[in-house]
Amino acid sequence: METKFATEKWTDVIKPQRGWFDWRFRELLRARDLIMLFVWRDFVSVYKQTILGPLWYLIQPLLTTLTFTVIFGRIAALPTDALPDFLFYLSGSVVWSYFAECLNKTSSTFISNSNLFGKVYFPRLAVPVSILISNLIAFAIQFALFLAFAVYYWVVGSEVAPNWSVLLLPFYVLVMAGLGLGFGIIVSALTTRYRDLQFLVRFGVQLAMYATPVIYPLSSIPEKYQLLIIANPMTSIVEGFRYSFLGAGSINPWHLLYSFVFMLISLAIGIMLFNRIETTFMDTV
Amino acid sequence: MTISISVENLSKQYRLGVIGNRTLYEDLNRWWARVRGLPDPLAKIGEVDHGNRADGLLWALRDVSFQLEQGEVLGVIGRNGAGKSTLLKILSKVTAPTTGQIKMRGRIASLLEVGTGFHPELTGRENVYLNGAILGMSREEIASKFDEIIAFSEVEKFVDTPVKRYSSGMYVRLAFAVAAHLDPEIMVVDEVLAVGDAAFQRKCLGKLSENAGEGRTVLFVSHNMAAINRLCSRAILLDRGTMIADGPAAEITAKYLSGAAEEDGARNWNENEAPGTEEVRLMAISLYSSDEISKSVFDVNDEIFIRLTYRVGVPNTSFRCALIFNTQGVIAFASVEPSEMARSEAGLYYSILKVPAHLLSESEYSLNVSVFASAGAKKHYVNLRNVINFQIYDSMTKPSARGDYTQNLLGIVRPMLNWDISTTRIEP
Repeated sequence: METKFATEKWTDVIKPQRGWFDWRFRELLRARDLIMLFVWRDFVSVYKQTILGPLWYLIQPLLTTLTFTVIFGRIAALPTDALPDFLFYLSGSVVWSYFAECLNKTSSTFISNSNLFGKVYFPRLAVPVSILISNLIAFAIQFALFLAFAVYYWVVGSEVAPNWSVLLLPFYVLVMAGLGLGFGIIVSALTTRYRDLQFLVRFGVQLAMYATPVIYPLSSIPEKYQLLIIANPMTSIVEGFRYSFLGAGSINPWHLLYSFVFMLISLAIGIMLFNRIETTFMDTV
Repeated sequence: MTISISVENLSKQYRLGVIGNRTLYEDLNRWWARVRGLPDPLAKIGEVDHGNRADGLLWALRDVSFQLEQGEVLGVIGRNGAGKSTLLKILSKVTAPTTGQIKMRGRIASLLEVGTGFHPELTGRENVYLNGAILGMSREEIASKFDEIIAFSEVEKFVDTPVKRYSSGMYVRLAFAVAAHLDPEIMVVDEVLAVGDAAFQRKCLGKLSENAGEGRTVLFVSHNMAAINRLCSRAILLDRGTMIADGPAAEITAKYLSGAAEEDGARNWNENEAPGTEEVRLMAISLYSSDEISKSVFDVNDEIFIRLTYRVGVPNTSFRCALIFNTQGVIAFASVEPSEMARSEAGLYYSILKVPAHLLSESEYSLNVSVFASAGAKKHYVNLRNVINFQIYDSMTKPSARGDYTQNLLGIVRPMLNWDISTTRIEP
């Protein structure tokens, strides 16, 4: 009877299942300090354990690009839309690696945090969101590297032609982060049941790079197969990025819109699955 | 008074092991795990049968309801597998109930473990911020309490040292200090006080009762009846998932202790459920006296043999077994194998501890079992609390430490000692 007069003032009610659309964004927003601390922890702990520290953020894309340049540019002699090989591959791999890292790291959210999740509650989405942000730091460093090379090639007289669409950069990043997060948390939710998916993802992301115009321009794909490549939501981002900053490739507002909508849908599915699993996954892990 | 927690018909069901496969995908998954030699990924709770499971379902909690008023300190007691941890997990929102609900008023903080989320590479200062945020504090909040936290933890000198260089005592002190300064309206505490040295434990208990004094609602789970009695005004007793008693703490702890001896002196685990790790698993524990029939009630004149049977899975693993004897809410004593041993072949082995007659007091005892290595690589293979209970009684048919004294003989041990009594006077 005592509960009756007070029911309206309960601050929290724990129930068996949450609704599919109970996304609790406000709770996530309140956890912003936690998110930033996670970001900072990831950054600092990586940096403390290595000798070269943040330099790794530069070494990795440089080596990848060098490999691409030698294998795909020199040996296989793939076309690069008349851009210098090195710059072409660098632009592709910087953009792609942000998406790929976001996806790979968020996809193991539940598995690698099961110990933490089993002991204390905080909005679980804080973990994948913090991953997006820490990868953004890496992306910023690598993007600066890319800009430096772009300027260098421009100075030496290569055909590098940035244009006003560089203002789309935040949009590109948003779509990549959203896609990485969306796919990542879908996988992370499913891996609580089916662990082998985790290995499939790493492999799948590697393969997906070849279905994205990272090492080849979209224009080099025969007309009848182009639609297949464009169906990949990352295609318009990689191509658009290259067009904006280097002036090569293509930009198509419809393709960009398609990627954006694709991102929203995958994100929505991801959040729903993630929230569903969140309440019961401790029983299955 | 206002109600700060209302638990309503709370139930939690776990689906167990091999029975009751639902989808092909799960089967495939199990098959794949077997191929890789991993344990069944869908099996839950490596616990013994407490009688609350049927058809591969385990009701870890069943229809539990109670209400807590603001400022009340509730002790939650019960044997292992009674549902205490499940209740705490649901309260902490780590897992969701199957049916029923909990309504709460105010911020809740749960200490299921201290130092959750501590990162070994980060300094003490950095970890205070991180851990505080994980527990739900904002950055300003932590900053304002930072000095207090550090002072409480007594690690001032090492604030800027990575915690991987901390001793385990310092680590635990710092972790508890963060948690103790959370200032939530509701606090859920799980045996975290079982850590640290005695002085620090007292300090923690002090902090908790201080919390309670400030009108904070506390739920405290412990096997330490003395602590429950000291801290809690009220207690509930859980047994096999249901709440069997609710009342004043002293009454409930007494009830728990008197009911604790109903087991039959042996516990066996099957291969899938045996506690431990790949290296060593505890398969059975049994208690018997010279007649070698396992039992749970012994005469003070009986020698008691405690036999641990374990499976060594990885040859050449060094370890030793230890037993802790708990009684009357405290540890009576602990006994460890004198040295660590490694077996060169995998298989079943045993260790038997002989407890001499006339050592244990007339009381209920419960045993904690550990199998661990501390000499080289430090590792706990098995660490179980209150694995088995037994009772000592005095039939008064044979000579014992009491002589012809028939009243209650106090103490947690009752050794037969010699009295040298002068019969002629040494001074007039």
